[in-house]
Amino acid sequence: MAKKVALMQGNEACAHGALYAGCNFFAGYPITPSTEVAEVLSNELPKVGGKFIQMEDEIGATAALIGAALTGAKALDATSGPGMSLKQELIGYACIAEVPCVIVNVQRGGPSTGMPTGPGQSDMQQAMWGTHGDHAAIAISPASCQEIYEETVRAFNLAEKYRMPVQLQLDEICAHMREPVTFPEPGELEVIDREAPTVSPEDYKPYDDSQGQIPPLASFGSGYRYHVTGLNKAADGFPTTKAELVDAEERRQIAKVMDNLDDILKNEEYQLEDAEVVLFAYGSTSRSARYAVNELRKEGIKAGLFRPITVWPFPDERVAELAEQAKAIVCPEMNLGQMVREVERVAKGACLVSHIGRVDGEPINPGQIIDRVKEVL
Amino acid sequence: MAERYEIRFSGAGGQGLITAGIILAEAASIVEGKSAVQSQSYGPEARGGASKSEVIISDGPIDYPKATIVDACLAMTQVACDKYANGIKPGGLLLLDEDFVPNVPEGDFKVVRVPIMRTAQEEIGRAIVANVVALGAMIALTGVVAKESGLKAVLSRVPEAFKDLNEKAYNMGFEKVKAAMA
Amino acid sequence: MAYDYEKSIRPGKLPHIWCPGCGHGIIMKGLIRAMDSCELDLKNTAVVSGIGCASRLPGYLDACTLHTAHGRAAAFATGVKMAKPEMTVLVVGGDGDGTAIGGNHFIHACRRNIDITYIVMNNNIYGMTGGQFSPCTPTGAMASTTPYGNPDPTFDISKLAIGAGATFVARGTAFHATQIDKLIAEGIRHKGTAVIEILDDCPTTYGRRNKFRSVVDMMKRLKDIAVPVAAAAKMTPEQLEGKVLTGVLYKEERPEYTEQYAQVIAKAQGA
Repeated sequence: MAKKVALMQGNEACAHGALYAGCNFFAGYPITPSTEVAEVLSNELPKVGGKFIQMEDEIGATAALIGAALTGAKALDATSGPGMSLKQELIGYACIAEVPCVIVNVQRGGPSTGMPTGPGQSDMQQAMWGTHGDHAAIAISPASCQEIYEETVRAFNLAEKYRMPVQLQLDEICAHMREPVTFPEPGELEVIDREAPTVSPEDYKPYDDSQGQIPPLASFGSGYRYHVTGLNKAADGFPTTKAELVDAEERRQIAKVMDNLDDILKNEEYQLEDAEVVLFAYGSTSRSARYAVNELRKEGIKAGLFRPITVWPFPDERVAELAEQAKAIVCPEMNLGQMVREVERVAKGACLVSHIGRVDGEPINPGQIIDRVKEVL
Repeated sequence: MAERYEIRFSGAGGQGLITAGIILAEAASIVEGKSAVQSQSYGPEARGGASKSEVIISDGPIDYPKATIVDACLAMTQVACDKYANGIKPGGLLLLDEDFVPNVPEGDFKVVRVPIMRTAQEEIGRAIVANVVALGAMIALTGVVAKESGLKAVLSRVPEAFKDLNEKAYNMGFEKVKAAMA
Repeated sequence: MAYDYEKSIRPGKLPHIWCPGCGHGIIMKGLIRAMDSCELDLKNTAVVSGIGCASRLPGYLDACTLHTAHGRAAAFATGVKMAKPEMTVLVVGGDGDGTAIGGNHFIHACRRNIDITYIVMNNNIYGMTGGQFSPCTPTGAMASTTPYGNPDPTFDISKLAIGAGATFVARGTAFHATQIDKLIAEGIRHKGTAVIEILDDCPTTYGRRNKFRSVVDMMKRLKDIAVPVAAAAKMTPEQLEGKVLTGVLYKEERPEYTEQYAQVIAKAQGA
């Protein structure tokens, strides 16, 4: 039987990807340009026995998300700029309490209300540093409707596996455009569920890392009684101010991500083998960059594209190699200089790093990129 | 058709032109298996103003998802024409509603004028199908998908009770353009 | 024989952090008796709190306990209950946590009539941060941020809950210790959002700034101002001046939220 193919918006693809991943809980608050995610799930979740709740505000949505996730639910929340700002405290809560969940941020113009229907990529540093306190982050920026579907599944997998919030950093262009999406068959994409504890309820400690960096998470209501708090805590989940315990816990929570980059990082490389100029681009902007690479190659200019799909953690190692290889790295982004800071940090001056920023609500078009590449060469 | 082909539908908000774009993209991608991307302009108003829907169709992958320079453009109203009938490829096509776009822009493109809204209102009796008339007209004008593919995509979207109405609208739009170009 | 609180307390977690004379411990004991009388299975009971002195309570109970962020307890609890309706979900917290920073979640939990029991320990002050005024600090009272007396009007939490749609609302005091468990138990048994407001005392940050010479004075105030609903019905407005009603203030039957959503599921599945 032929696979189901449907033309759909990126936001709709996200909702269907979530369902494929086993998402059974959505909490959200209406905000443009993310509402289609909620609309689709309000319709689809009850069909599979899942739950949809529209909360009273953005903070409440993330609170309900975490509460549901602690009962074992695979939970999704979708929002956009201002909503993401409101959620930051609880994203930190999900980090320290180590609760798996997925939060979609359909980036629009900003700051503040900005341009609700205009695209942006200006929450990229927020995805890493938005919540207070040291922590690790995983964020993913897909570039097509098909990829949004598949990366939503991967976002759930990473959340479940690493027991933490994962952010899907979409942009308004990817979220609202429509493309054909081929629905994968059951079993075709890997679906990971969180590890359940093997110890008895009496012996369970929710942050005990003696068996590995990522302690299993028991679901509320499954026979295990334990304590969850946003305070710094010891392995047993109870608050502590003992310096060595606090330090060890904080470091473990970052190490569980940074020690597993091979599993978490994902990039696309296009025409990079002999590239003299590397375009570093993600999300919808990477499509302009790819178009530009093709045009530049026609003119004999050795351009290539490096597209991080996992944007946080940052692919330090590979970008450093490319900086050694290339004469220049050009970074088009719909912001005034966010991920380019990481490129510059990693390139350490090995090549020229040139930023193309745009915040007028218009996408960066291939012509802009082509012109800049010719300038820097 | 390896190269990208870009089509813009524009008119007043509420005229169903976003849907027309979606159906065209479905005809190209779901029915004919090509690549297609549809996108649209969003304003704060749900009705009125000027709205546009753009479709890019290609045999190969589509990188840049927005229109660069369009091969064909439809304007249903003067406001939409003034705002969106630009960036047309030299030698491209401009399809206008004959009654609602009195001031025809000049440029290096072929203008085809068809009474789209009048056809919907008077000949079919339902203004709501003007977008399907427009879709038939655009497919006749550009040949970007086969006539049957467009019709199949239209019919897959409408309830049984409205299939005849929409088929009639689609065919009429198609024939009007064929007659105008003959 | 002394009542056995130990079986509901987490081993090794006492002593608690509360000051001598604080009413929170009295309320916790009332809560434990209520949970006991409702025969709650602690493995299937979530106790959720926000931030503040009162919000430390869940840590002492041997249940599924969730100490969340300031003001957000009702929203976390909503997520727990919605995802797993078979769990009993209790919320505990203070007046500032529940009605200032958490006011929106509080009123919307009431509006939905989701089956959670929310115990507000109202001591009229932000205790943990050192005695700043809360929405429940009496007008004119002294607090660390009202050095000239509190200019703000106050919330009546029970009225707020009734107005927002809670279907069971009761009020007690930390002085009337034996009534607490009965009110909470009735709230737990009630299907829908139950709000139990317990008037409480904070000798450390409220009492000493407001001319209460001792904890006894504060408890005496709670004793003096409380009037049971039945008794109040026979009193004149003049006699009720300065008093607060205690007991079950409001009760109605209205469809519960997770049951309503079960119907959404049935509809979506074509039943």
